[in-house]
Amino acid sequence: MGPTLTPPQATDPLPGLVGFTVVLRNAGLAITTDRVAAFLSALDALDVTDRMQTYWAGRLTLCSDPDDLPRYDQAFAGWFEPGEGGRTQIRDERPPPPPRLASLTPEDAGSDEEGADSPQIHARASGTEILRHRDLGELTPAEREHLRRLMALLRPELPKRVSRRLRPARHGSTDPGRTLRAALRNHGELRELRRRDRSQRPRKVVLLLDVSGSMEPYADSLLRFAHIVARRSPASVEVFTLGTRLTRVTRELRMRDPERALAGAAKAIPDWSGGTRLGEVLRAFVDRWGQRGAARRSVIVVFSDGWERGETDVLRDQMSRLSRLAHRVVWVNPHVARTATNPCRVE
Amino acid sequence: MTGLTSSGWRPSGPSCWNRDRSPLERRGVPRGPGGGLRSTGYLADDGLATAAYLAMQMNRPLFCEGEPGTGKTALAQALAQVLDAELIRLQCHDGIDASQALYDWDFPRQLLHLRALEAAASATGETLDADAVEASLYDPRFLLARPILRALQTSPSVLLIDEVDRADDEFEAFLLEVLTEHAVSIPEVGEVRAKEPPLVVLTSNRTREVHDALKRRCLYLWLDHPDLQREIQILHSRLPGIPERLAAQVAGAVRKLRQADLLKPPGVAETIDWARALQLVGARHLDVDTAAATLGAVLKYREDADRIRVQLDTLLAS
Repeated sequence: MGPTLTPPQATDPLPGLVGFTVVLRNAGLAITTDRVAAFLSALDALDVTDRMQTYWAGRLTLCSDPDDLPRYDQAFAGWFEPGEGGRTQIRDERPPPPPRLASLTPEDAGSDEEGADSPQIHARASGTEILRHRDLGELTPAEREHLRRLMALLRPELPKRVSRRLRPARHGSTDPGRTLRAALRNHGELRELRRRDRSQRPRKVVLLLDVSGSMEPYADSLLRFAHIVARRSPASVEVFTLGTRLTRVTRELRMRDPERALAGAAKAIPDWSGGTRLGEVLRAFVDRWGQRGAARRSVIVVFSDGWERGETDVLRDQMSRLSRLAHRVVWVNPHVARTATNPCRVE
Repeated sequence: MTGLTSSGWRPSGPSCWNRDRSPLERRGVPRGPGGGLRSTGYLADDGLATAAYLAMQMNRPLFCEGEPGTGKTALAQALAQVLDAELIRLQCHDGIDASQALYDWDFPRQLLHLRALEAAASATGETLDADAVEASLYDPRFLLARPILRALQTSPSVLLIDEVDRADDEFEAFLLEVLTEHAVSIPEVGEVRAKEPPLVVLTSNRTREVHDALKRRCLYLWLDHPDLQREIQILHSRLPGIPERLAAQVAGAVRKLRQADLLKPPGVAETIDWARALQLVGARHLDVDTAAATLGAVLKYREDADRIRVQLDTLLAS
């Protein structure tokens, strides 16, 4: 992508500005052509040689999420060096696209102390934050096909809630408007009472998937499951992954094609098979999403083994906060057959 | 964002606001939206002022997100005041639909009108022309203009679409259509097009991700808590006559509270409330007793209040 653009001239800022949007797109921002056009027309209304105004023109038109802002700041600082007297100088080099790291296989993950093929190794919480992208394309074709076929059979029935809105119904209170209109059709003769009742709407569902090292064997299938649930009712399902940090993967999982959705999600998760900070990450969820409304009146499903490296106090407090906000909290623990159900502390 | 906004390269006065095409200056408002907003008591930083300026220049809706209490709704009110425009507010909620946002026919009045026509006709013995009667039913006087239609009919106006994240997806798609066209078509009446498109401000508390298609057509403004100096200025501007020391102490204490990992960190609205409460109880400065007595103005959760109450002395030590 680099060599296709001509090097920017000092007199023409356009290639440099468009190059900046390419850098942002590589950094993971959703840059579309109309956003680039909006950026350029914003700069047209402002002063392109002023660094502050260039910064804000880009931030207002190219970002769409608070998570975009740190990436934008970083890219901006890298692309536009502060020149003399606040004038913008556009640098003539483009940072390489983000490196794609090799995938983390279970053998690599467990090569420190204990035997690599022991299943217990995955159940150890590791405190180091392993930031790398898990390449889901490395499943064997037979496995992938098998999983895909099994998962495709699932038709999850999502929970419903009663809405405020009224719909025509067989039972319920009388519907004056429809009753009268029906009467008008019969020359004003009231023959039957029409009724209306509260309608049903999908209840919000939040899936919290633990993708830490100890949940590694399950994470792939959990994401697949989350994709199916998210596709079933895209507007009412939110999916987050928990590891050393909170990552929202709803947007990636809304894609129709499961392979593309999963690849997108895998790319978005920075802490795949890393350590666990379950309590703190749950707090981040409740603070940033849950309390604002994502958890209110919703069904929350936590897929986690509950293995926590730090104190369990934080986890307990956050779970009780969550249960006060939510309609129902379901904790799914795949290790339940082997280990204690309650969250336990790992030394 | 903190890295760039505080790095010190920010120039003192954006030169572009001196260009003569600003709608603010046409209305005689001094130097740019930042200056204009200041006259309403709303203190805007460079980013916010740039956003407001661009929203007017580019005729794009302003999509504001941020922590609760950072002045998203107040921004629309201040903009309406500075533009001397009517503020029209549409509060979104679960299940809102076009008839609540756009227009509705006043069915009882239409029926009454029909009966009146019938009664008049039978009294005089003349026959009614069905087409004329039907046309008279869909007269604009029977049209109930809801906020969006009202904003299109009023100019100048500021349309505040508050908490758009509470509405459904279908409503977003509908908004998208209205916001791009600045026109609404009513089958019985025809198209209603804004003479001068309203300045649209959308706010969201991020309880739900708003669709990207809607965001793409807007300027995206993330509002953060203001820095210490700005917050002191806000206190002075909102509460004239507040003692210098009290304002500085309140702003400093709130700043510490925001870092104290609370369930609900206080927003600017709470800062102003707290300072007003302290002013009302006659405090000249903030001490442990007055702070404990007025803590309910700034902390809204029992857990938070209990935690902070025992460490008030460290909070107030500066």
